[in-house]
Amino acid sequence: MLDGTALMPAAVRVAERRRETHDTWTLRLDGGPALAPGQFSMLYAFGAGEAPISVSATGDSVEHTIRAVGAVTRALCEAETVGVRGPYGNTWPAPGGDAVIVAGGIGLAPLRPVIRALGDRALVLYGARAPRELLYEAELASWGAQVTVDAPAAGWDGPVGVVTKLIERADFDPASAVAMICGPEVMMRFAAVALLDRGMPADAIWVSLERGMKCGVGHCGHCQVGPLLICRDGPVFRYDRVEPLLRVAEL
Amino acid sequence: MQTLADVIDELPALRSLSPAQRQTLSGCARNQVLSPGEEIMREGDAADAFYIVRAGGVAIVTQVPGRGEITIETLHAGDLLGWSWLVEPYRNAFGARALGATRVLALDGVCLRGKCEADPALGYALLKLLASVFAQRLRDTRVRLLDLYGADA
Repeated sequence: MLDGTALMPAAVRVAERRRETHDTWTLRLDGGPALAPGQFSMLYAFGAGEAPISVSATGDSVEHTIRAVGAVTRALCEAETVGVRGPYGNTWPAPGGDAVIVAGGIGLAPLRPVIRALGDRALVLYGARAPRELLYEAELASWGAQVTVDAPAAGWDGPVGVVTKLIERADFDPASAVAMICGPEVMMRFAAVALLDRGMPADAIWVSLERGMKCGVGHCGHCQVGPLLICRDGPVFRYDRVEPLLRVAEL
Repeated sequence: MQTLADVIDELPALRSLSPAQRQTLSGCARNQVLSPGEEIMREGDAADAFYIVRAGGVAIVTQVPGRGEITIETLHAGDLLGWSWLVEPYRNAFGARALGATRVLALDGVCLRGKCEADPALGYALLKLLASVFAQRLRDTRVRLLDLYGADA
């Protein structure tokens, strides 16, 4: 229901700011709305503007991981207090069995709460541009994540190549596992195809879309893709339901 | 004792070949064990073999002045390495180096070229197999060219 308060941000103190990479920070909020894995909030940097930011840790301490790429996200990364509207959007599925988690770049952030919840049942496959871009490095090791980069630096002795290569050789049962993918849209398309090639059914594959969410409540239409509003119907979608829409050029 | 023919029969990379064709291939094959960092092929050298990684990994490398040796891509168990043996002038376009303790099946390219000339059906089957590898590598390379993970993407 859209009333006057739905669009009113609450001021929330940033309890802790952790540097993840040269341009990415994780903010732990002191209060604010409770979020479930997959959901996002609209975070407002006073005087700069608002941006949709997915939740990267749920529960008692809510975290958001933000890449400083524009004026708003830069201001958010430096803020001591942020305006928060939310929670918005739906959640990742909660599978009873194993899950293949495929993340690209900053796309690992929305999947972190799922990986934490699944524990040993999550097989984490992560692709990034370069070793210095990797998020949550200590946690990656504890998850046993398989990590590949496009541009290795000196000292990198892991895989080099696209994240789809990890899918081709990963050890999982495509008949029983579900997959959750988050990253650049082209990467998600190729990752989904690689999972289908391994024999995973399309209705076991989930993706999280990001298309210019603005109001968060299905009102403004900024995040419309075909018949869907990402903020209201998503951001998490089953792949077989959005596959045709992923090939539609952005309006 | 597992024979070379058994090894070849069990390799998913060669599954599209007929049993007789796999048998022919085994006449040009040998097992090779590589220690970590060992060079398998050198850029510019005569391309006289191709490899199927059985265990471990292989880095495809090139020398960049000022930066030393750069890894372009890594290959892992099941992957096929090297096709310059099939394409004139039969020179390695890149180098390759074992990532850790690595086992590969090495196939003699000169031997294979002779068998393919003599048996066009084998040549075609092998070319189809390699073409699917080319296509996949090219697709992966194109995806990487998009530089998807960049801040501007």
